[in-house]
Amino acid sequence: MAQKKKFLYLNRKAPHGTIYALESLEVVLIGAAFEQDVSLAFLDDGVFQLMAGQDTTAAGMKNFSRTFKALGDYDVRKFYVERESLAERGLTVEDLMPITYEDENEDYAEKPSIHLVGRAELAAIIADQDVVLSF
Amino acid sequence: MSTLHTVNKSPFERNALTSCTGHLLAGDAVLMIEDGVLGARTGSSAVAVVQAALESGSVYALAPDCAARGIKPDDLIEGVQLVDYAGFVDLVAQHQRTVAWL
Repeated sequence: MAQKKKFLYLNRKAPHGTIYALESLEVVLIGAAFEQDVSLAFLDDGVFQLMAGQDTTAAGMKNFSRTFKALGDYDVRKFYVERESLAERGLTVEDLMPITYEDENEDYAEKPSIHLVGRAELAAIIADQDVVLSF
Repeated sequence: MSTLHTVNKSPFERNALTSCTGHLLAGDAVLMIEDGVLGARTGSSAVAVVQAALESGSVYALAPDCAARGIKPDDLIEGVQLVDYAGFVDLVAQHQRTVAWL
């Protein structure tokens, strides 16, 4: 089997105004099937993709925000959210959906997938990747 | 283990260049392409951001995209280097990864 590579999906766009966020999620789901080491980063307006309580009914859009909660089952368990991007938008982590995964090594204990990181930490995470895909 | 960052949006319309510059590590390179080259011109409000990028690494602008927009080599912020398409390929090959700031 080919060696595992580190893939980072860099999400910088708000969810419903353009197709980027939905397309990113589609590619993450496809990529998950190839058993790579996958991380997601949310920065700039990308942090709005994880807002709790999104209701797209009246707007007539697809509400794909719930899909993020299912990614843990596809071994996508690293969501890096940039602290500065949240602060610039008047948001805190409390405004985001809780996203967890079940750790099969610890009796399926629920653990948080979201990790708050500073801008400098995110720069280091980017530098640690084999492939970075931007949306 | 350096990174090539491409920026293809005007710094006067989007924050792609500012966000990119905020995530640079020493030795990284920034390549302005498409409307991103609008940030390469001297005298604008984007100069400080480009100068910050020049402090951590190299900054390039794609010559055909500059030419198409009437940006002359003499108009470039000091330190910004022009590359052609072959130079773009060389930059990709010289770095371990490429990050697109859209």
